[in-house]
Amino acid sequence: MKQAPMSLRRRLVLQLLGIAAVLAILLYLTVRTVANSAAEATQDGVLGAATMAIAERLQGGDTGVSLDLPYEAFSILGSISDDRIFYRVDANGETLTGYADLPLPRHAAPSVEPVFFSDFYREFAVRIAVTNRAVLVNRQPILVTVAVAQTRQGQEAIAQRTANLAAAIGLAAFALAALLSMLTAGSVLGPINRLADAVGRRGPHDLRAVDHPSPEELRPLVTSLNGFIARLRGALSRTETFIAEAAHHIRTPLATVRARAEIALRQSEADETRETMRAVIRAVEESSRSASQLLDHATVVYRSDRLADGPVDLSKLLQGLARSHGPTAELRDLTISVSGADCPVTVQGDRLLLESALRNLIDNAIKYSPPETEIALSLAARDGKAVIAVRDRGRGLGGRSQPELARRFVRGANVDDVVGSGLGLTIVEEVAEIHGGSFLLTERKGGGTCAELVLPLR
Amino acid sequence: MRFLLVEDNPELSCSVADRLRLDGHAVDSAASLSEARDCLAAAGYDLILLDISLPDGDGRDFLKSERRAGRDTPIIVMTARAAVSDRVDVLDLGADDYVTKPFDFAELEARCRAVLRRRGSALQTVRAFAGLTFNPLTATLTIGPETRELRNRELRLFEILLSAPDRIFSKAHLCDRLFSYAEAVTDNAIEVYVGRLRRKLEGSGARIETVRGIGYRLVAE
Amino acid sequence: MRRTGPALAVILSLAILRPAAAFVTEEEALFPAAGTRAQTVTVLSTTDADVLRPAIEAFQEANPDAELRYVVASSQEVYAAIAEDRARFDLVISSAMDLQMKLANDGYAARWDSAATARLPDWAKWQDRIFAFAQESVVLIASRRGFQGLPIPQTRRDLTELLRDHPDVFRGRIGTYDPRASGAGYLFATQEARQSDSFWRLAEVAGGLSPRLYASSIDMISDLKTGRLALAYNVLGSYAGPRLEADADGVVVEFADFTLTLLRTGFVPTDAANPVGGGAFLDFLLSARGQALIRDRAGLPPIDEAALSASPHLRPIRLDAGLLVYLDRLKRQAFLTEWSSAMSQD
Repeated sequence: MKQAPMSLRRRLVLQLLGIAAVLAILLYLTVRTVANSAAEATQDGVLGAATMAIAERLQGGDTGVSLDLPYEAFSILGSISDDRIFYRVDANGETLTGYADLPLPRHAAPSVEPVFFSDFYREFAVRIAVTNRAVLVNRQPILVTVAVAQTRQGQEAIAQRTANLAAAIGLAAFALAALLSMLTAGSVLGPINRLADAVGRRGPHDLRAVDHPSPEELRPLVTSLNGFIARLRGALSRTETFIAEAAHHIRTPLATVRARAEIALRQSEADETRETMRAVIRAVEESSRSASQLLDHATVVYRSDRLADGPVDLSKLLQGLARSHGPTAELRDLTISVSGADCPVTVQGDRLLLESALRNLIDNAIKYSPPETEIALSLAARDGKAVIAVRDRGRGLGGRSQPELARRFVRGANVDDVVGSGLGLTIVEEVAEIHGGSFLLTERKGGGTCAELVLPLR
Repeated sequence: MRFLLVEDNPELSCSVADRLRLDGHAVDSAASLSEARDCLAAAGYDLILLDISLPDGDGRDFLKSERRAGRDTPIIVMTARAAVSDRVDVLDLGADDYVTKPFDFAELEARCRAVLRRRGSALQTVRAFAGLTFNPLTATLTIGPETRELRNRELRLFEILLSAPDRIFSKAHLCDRLFSYAEAVTDNAIEVYVGRLRRKLEGSGARIETVRGIGYRLVAE
Repeated sequence: MRRTGPALAVILSLAILRPAAAFVTEEEALFPAAGTRAQTVTVLSTTDADVLRPAIEAFQEANPDAELRYVVASSQEVYAAIAEDRARFDLVISSAMDLQMKLANDGYAARWDSAATARLPDWAKWQDRIFAFAQESVVLIASRRGFQGLPIPQTRRDLTELLRDHPDVFRGRIGTYDPRASGAGYLFATQEARQSDSFWRLAEVAGGLSPRLYASSIDMISDLKTGRLALAYNVLGSYAGPRLEADADGVVVEFADFTLTLLRTGFVPTDAANPVGGGAFLDFLLSARGQALIRDRAGLPPIDEAALSASPHLRPIRLDAGLLVYLDRLKRQAFLTEWSSAMSQD
């Protein structure tokens, strides 16, 4: 089993979503990193300021180092976040005050700016600022180390908030990108869909080249599609030619056979021979009719892609058909009446196809009418449509539906004794469809069939 | 009627000519366009039956040149090409009608008659018999001052009987010639038309006689 | 005298009954469970059991299976019990905000999250660990008799001038906390000193008038009532108010320049045996019912942000890391040295 390849839309959307996801994650990480370092920088700034403020209160003297711990140093640290504060002041390696076990960096050189580092104290992650200051005691410089530590919960809370914000921004960016990618996919695939629509809307026999305006990228597709259509049309054309040739070549010998059979029939007195001759004639008729309809059908198929689109006067067409069928009808004492064809009713279409369809309808009517009845051809223009009706007093539809009757090569159930291939109605339906019209077969009131070909007036 | 049959297929040409002669028509055959022109130059015809594809040219060109030359002998094209386009072409080129091979001779004759009738042909086809005159083109019987119209099957039946008065035509024979071969009819169907024709012949000297068990014949009283 | 209920065993003791504990308690009360004794909540507090009794009883009504053991100690002993002895309590209540802050800062307070704590304004809690359930002003109490018709001062400047102008009236009759002996006294003194220079001027003037130094507000109030004191400075208003209410002589003054407001706080220690029980009692104190009981029956002003904004002179002591500063060894040493030299000029 071959798996159906993923749809273009899905592929495009997924790829765009993938890109969007990567960008969203990058955005998230960037915002987070920047915010974290900003938060850390803020904490370091305040921590450093507190350390410096304490260091500035160091005083030397005769007895030793004294320190007046500034209230604001801690208060300000506390005002930024409710974080724990630890501190330690060492002088000459001994802890003067504060938390004696607060970690200090190993190498402490005197510096104006505080040094920062991260460590753990009492199981808390802390940020520690350390500054060294020389203080004169008894005119001897003593190195005093001031360390202030603050837990990082506030910073972590800020980090968490920024992380959440970054995640929200990332998600929003992703959602926006997702929406945009849907729209993009829609607009990118729009021309393909429109092209597919344009091709799909065509009638079953429409083999014109596709000239739908398409973006550059689709042109190779359109070109190959048109190439394919041209080949198909060529193939159809050859088929039509072939059928025409075949019909032509079969008809002449058939005509000979028929003529001979008629002669034999006339001259023979033997019942057996006569019956055989009748059978021969019937077979010839059937072959001939089948060939005609096959050819008609091939013509419909072939012509539908290059309709000779022109005005067709249905009145004239109908009158001509009535006249040319006159002698055939007469043979069976049938009369063909034409009504509504006094003034021109013009439709846009292919005259040959329309004539082919009407001929089939009238042939049918003549075939199925009992002798000495009337076949009524009528033409009417109403509601923007031309309606051509062929009514006979034949045996009607015999209970079969129109789709059944029109199906290729199926004949009415009640026509066993009438020659015909059953293609006739199919041809009519196809011609109606090609012209944007419709074809309707109904039982006629009082018996018979009413065939209506409806074509749009233009 | 006098036909010129232009058909290059000898088999068909022969068969068609034979068949037409059976109905009492005179037929000259031509196997090419040049032969056809020779015939036309030598004699006049009531009707030309013209094939399309001929060894020395296209029947349509012949049709065109005939009409351009102002010669208007009725022409019925016999075509093996059943496509609508072919029919339309030949009619546009000046053919009077066309039949598609293989054709029903009854239909051919009907078409011929229709063509001649349309052309208002001066062809003298009127026959007199036992106090009536019969015009097959107009399908009328004239008995005394009265003119009676015949329907197609009555007409054809009368034509058959009139072709050989006193000869007995079997019911089967008449059926074959009156009805299409595709139609399933019994021999008795003929009786209806015989009955009708008898009524139309009333008042004339012509009478259709039933020969019991065999058929009918036309007799003059 | 303290009331003793029949269901309540009150043990007055200066020494510790439990041999393991090194800290000094003042009182231990047991509130037995009404139903089955499914759990015991132990509370270590600087607040007398009687003050919180109505709240405790209401709490037990709601939790009939809870037995409550209530141990009272001084603020410094409370600090020592937790920080040094690692004594196990489920709730620690103290008015010494600085010591509570230090305990929490040094990692002895557990996180407690509840609907009740969430409702608390930010200034009344620290880190979801320390929660204030009462706000008490630190006041001046004065005896009309003792003032001998002099006007009752409304600001520190008024008081300083009054003392300077009438040394004879006030000599030996000024009472205040000894910050060396009392945690609360140290907190009040340091916070006042931080707030305003007028503290030191006042201290110098008062120091020249042989002030009497106390370790508790209650003693100052009773000495004022007996007439030994004309005024007592930095007394807990929540103690003074009810005790001087019926006394026409006693006056409670909230200074208009600023009046410190103390937050009485509680936290659940990290070592608590029954942290849920301790937290539940804390939640009860913070609940609407608990707050109403604290106001009406204990006489402690409940946490009320509106009251603070309505009285601009009230200045709550900020519950933040700043409180740690005066607990610094050097800082304390320096402060007490300065205070001592100001107060003892004789």
